[in-house]
Amino acid sequence: MTVPSLEVSGLAFAYPDGHQALFGVDLRIERGERVALLGPNGAGKTTLVLHLNGVHRAGAGTVWVGGMEVTREHVQEIRRRVGIVFQDPDDQLFMPTVADDVAFGPANFGVTEPELALRVKEALEAVGVAELADRSPMHLSGGQRRRAALATVLACDPEILVLDEPSTHLDPVARRELAEVLLGLDRTMLMVTHDLPYALQLCPRSVVIDGGVVVADAPTRDLLADADFLRAHRLELPFGFALD
Amino acid sequence: MGAGHAHPLYRAGDSVVHRLPAHVKIVVAFVFVLAVVATPREAFAVFGLQFLLLVGVWTVARIPPGWLAARALIEAPFVVLAVLLPFFATGPRVEWMGMSLAVDGLLAGWNILVKGTLGVLVSVTLAATTPLRDLVSGLSRLRVPSMVCVIATLMLRYLEVIAAEARRMRLARVSRGHDPRFVWQLGATVRSVGALFLRSYERGERVHLAMLSRGYTGTMPAFTTASASTATWSVALVPAVAAALLALSGYWVW
Repeated sequence: MTVPSLEVSGLAFAYPDGHQALFGVDLRIERGERVALLGPNGAGKTTLVLHLNGVHRAGAGTVWVGGMEVTREHVQEIRRRVGIVFQDPDDQLFMPTVADDVAFGPANFGVTEPELALRVKEALEAVGVAELADRSPMHLSGGQRRRAALATVLACDPEILVLDEPSTHLDPVARRELAEVLLGLDRTMLMVTHDLPYALQLCPRSVVIDGGVVVADAPTRDLLADADFLRAHRLELPFGFALD
Repeated sequence: MGAGHAHPLYRAGDSVVHRLPAHVKIVVAFVFVLAVVATPREAFAVFGLQFLLLVGVWTVARIPPGWLAARALIEAPFVVLAVLLPFFATGPRVEWMGMSLAVDGLLAGWNILVKGTLGVLVSVTLAATTPLRDLVSGLSRLRVPSMVCVIATLMLRYLEVIAAEARRMRLARVSRGHDPRFVWQLGATVRSVGALFLRSYERGERVHLAMLSRGYTGTMPAFTTASASTATWSVALVPAVAAALLALSGYWVW
């Protein structure tokens, strides 16, 4: 049996104020899989994501990334392996130029010149914004910013790519272009989203979290066709969409 | 480098001055300003010669004097102070065009005016020939504590983001009939400044989280900046050393 990209077992977590966000989550993602993480607001999706790279420490249970357990000793390597693309690119792009920003991650993980410049170039080319290298993130369009944010994570060569609401604030063209980029990457992906058609387009498999537990793990198409199930977990396809 | 990250004080160009490494220019500007400040205020001709040195630099950098003058206007509030001094200072006075002016005040005013103007012109020259990001990397090369450089880098980036946020909040207020010309509506403006602070604080937390997720451990990775050869240094330091020699001569010759 091969080592999965991500394995979460019995993960439980309570915030310091006592609010219990996760009640024993189990999740296994094989290398190369693209999985959507669905669920209503407050279901524990973001809490789960922040466990994957060791920002939150598990109250109980364990997380393995590419066979390495998430612990304090491994946290730097774990953060290289788990590439999180945050919801607001302005939070992710903080350097004066896009190229500096893309170099930030790999430089932190010990990549030095000339390898560093190569990484930056490859990451920017992979998302199709090579010509923006010397621009300030402030002067990019929403779609360009999103792709630049993706490049900052790709440059770290992660084992698993975690995308938090990748389609928010994108116009339809930018949304489609991002989908094309993501489909062309050939990487393990976990995509947190409310955008169900996007999940269907990009991820053959979906995991639904509600109330801090996994309530479904099935092919995306089957899940989205089950109207009763969707209603029970405050999920809804946009107006005019129907699957059968 | 730095295209697309222009600031209003930067004037793109490809002169010798533009191409100098930022840290060299920072040192030269600093020494030049020190020399100006150290010049005795009665050595009037020295200031003229130092100004000519600057004109020389502008010629090499191809910066039109009018462009510089417009940006040197930031000095205006200090000029007002300098102009007031001769009227309000005490001590021996002279009559000039029917006005009674204090000699000490005249000299003090002149001192502020000439040193302030030269200082501002030096700073504007530095800013005009160096993109912001190079200034920051120049500072870090000069061993300015890395935390200060990180703060400067983040400030450069997020000043615009926060300004855009403030504009959106204002627009949303104005769209709902808010008109801060009326005193009783000031409260809303004040509260939105508070909200802006909280939002910026939360953004700071999110940025930090995003930095941690890419392996940030408290020190910025050292990005390579061009180093300067001895030859570069010796050429670049010419105006600064000349200004310093002029300042010294002020003590003996004048």
